[in-house]
Amino acid sequence: MARSNEPIWWSLFSAGGVVAAFFVPVTIVITAIAVPVGWISDEKLYFLLQQPLARLYLFVLISLPLFHWAHRFRYVVADLGLRGGGRLPAIVCYGSAILGTVLAGCFLAFG
Amino acid sequence: MAANENSQPEATISLEVFRYCPEQEDEPRFQTYEVPYREDWVVLDALNYIKDKIDGSLTYRWSCRMGVCGSCGMMVNGEPKLTCAAFLRDYHPALIRVEPLSYFPVIRDLVINMEGFLDKLTEVKAWLVPKEEKPVSEGEYLQTPAELAKYKDFSMCINCMLCYSACPVFGHHEEFLGPAVIALAQRYNLDSRDGGADERAEAIFSHEGIWECTFVGDCSRVCPKNVDPAGAIQQAKVTATKDFYRSVLVPWGK
Amino acid sequence: MSDQETKTKEYRRPMPADWWLKKRTYSLFMVRELTCVFVGGYSLILLILASRIGDQESVTAMLNSKTLSVLQLIALPMVIYHTVTWLNLTPKVLVLWRGEERVNPLLIAAVHYVAWIGVSIVILCVVFAYG
Repeated sequence: MARSNEPIWWSLFSAGGVVAAFFVPVTIVITAIAVPVGWISDEKLYFLLQQPLARLYLFVLISLPLFHWAHRFRYVVADLGLRGGGRLPAIVCYGSAILGTVLAGCFLAFG
Repeated sequence: MAANENSQPEATISLEVFRYCPEQEDEPRFQTYEVPYREDWVVLDALNYIKDKIDGSLTYRWSCRMGVCGSCGMMVNGEPKLTCAAFLRDYHPALIRVEPLSYFPVIRDLVINMEGFLDKLTEVKAWLVPKEEKPVSEGEYLQTPAELAKYKDFSMCINCMLCYSACPVFGHHEEFLGPAVIALAQRYNLDSRDGGADERAEAIFSHEGIWECTFVGDCSRVCPKNVDPAGAIQQAKVTATKDFYRSVLVPWGK
Repeated sequence: MSDQETKTKEYRRPMPADWWLKKRTYSLFMVRELTCVFVGGYSLILLILASRIGDQESVTAMLNSKTLSVLQLIALPMVIYHTVTWLNLTPKVLVLWRGEERVNPLLIAAVHYVAWIGVSIVILCVVFAYG
């Protein structure tokens, strides 16, 4: 069967797209506006971030959108005519997403 | 036609037409023709006027002139269109630029090489592979309206290939199966009488198949029959992904 | 005429490097795709935050950083464009049938928008009410 492994990357891309679509805008509002402007005190937010659920939320918001970026960016690079790279763009992109996921897991579990 | 003695000169419109005569030149050129402007004329009428009255060497494909055969697809001002459905009045008085369908090799003038497309139709087995063979004596294959609705839109494809000329992925990558071929494969995969999905899978779920598509969506926008090939491809991606996980997580099942 | 066909030379038009600037639909497509850079960029910011998650001073400094705020505010409209284009395409992927009729694509998209607003409000409430 010439079936490819694309479904793995595509499903991660889709999951990342959904997470990014629903959760990233409001999270940016919290980290970029709410704290500097003072709608929430940075002390309270720090203690919130120590909660397991908040750590899990952060993990999901780091890992899945990274896979979304990886898959999409890999195809953008090809669409912009830089096809000569062969499998290099894919390796760099998915590799970065995997690395980011592993790091996020370590930081948030043990930090 | 009686000549008008004291009225305005007849309204005209200019067409700038792509010409490629390989036995004469290596490079293509553009030739401008002035044709009468009629409110009810389409670009195809203008091309037929040019061929009949001005330049018989102009070469192009056409047939039904009513939007059902898919023969007369060309680029009109940079947009893939059926020339039998592109009215002069929508462009008048501006110049109309007519070119062969983008991203295909040009054989001559406005005629492109569509062999690749036809080969792909065979590759994905764009025909009914009956689930169960029934002799004619046993009667028709039965199908409910709800079952028909699932694939009906995809069956409207007239193989005009406008979608290919709108697809930048195909523009970069001529092995890409492309919108129409995948939509037609889906048309049969979703047909309740069909049992050929497995046979089609190898072609469609390959790297020249659905995974090349980045959902630009222009194919569906230019389709004259509202087939929505982009939708067909996305549905195929979902199906392929479900099948993949099923085969990985439940390898003994089917 | 002989049996052999005389094949004339076909002309292949080159695909320009700036193909995506030539048509409005292509340009909008490229903008949509490039929003993934801002999405990935924000993940990177969150990753850096995660790397110092136990250090209150560090976290506070990051959250109060003017530079980071500006970067995030530049990313915000791009990320919202990702959300809008993504939600608008959900009906193409989520095809639901009621008998012969297809569930209205606009309804499918609308439900997603409502869910997005709802989820955002819930998160804001949770965060502001904490402590």
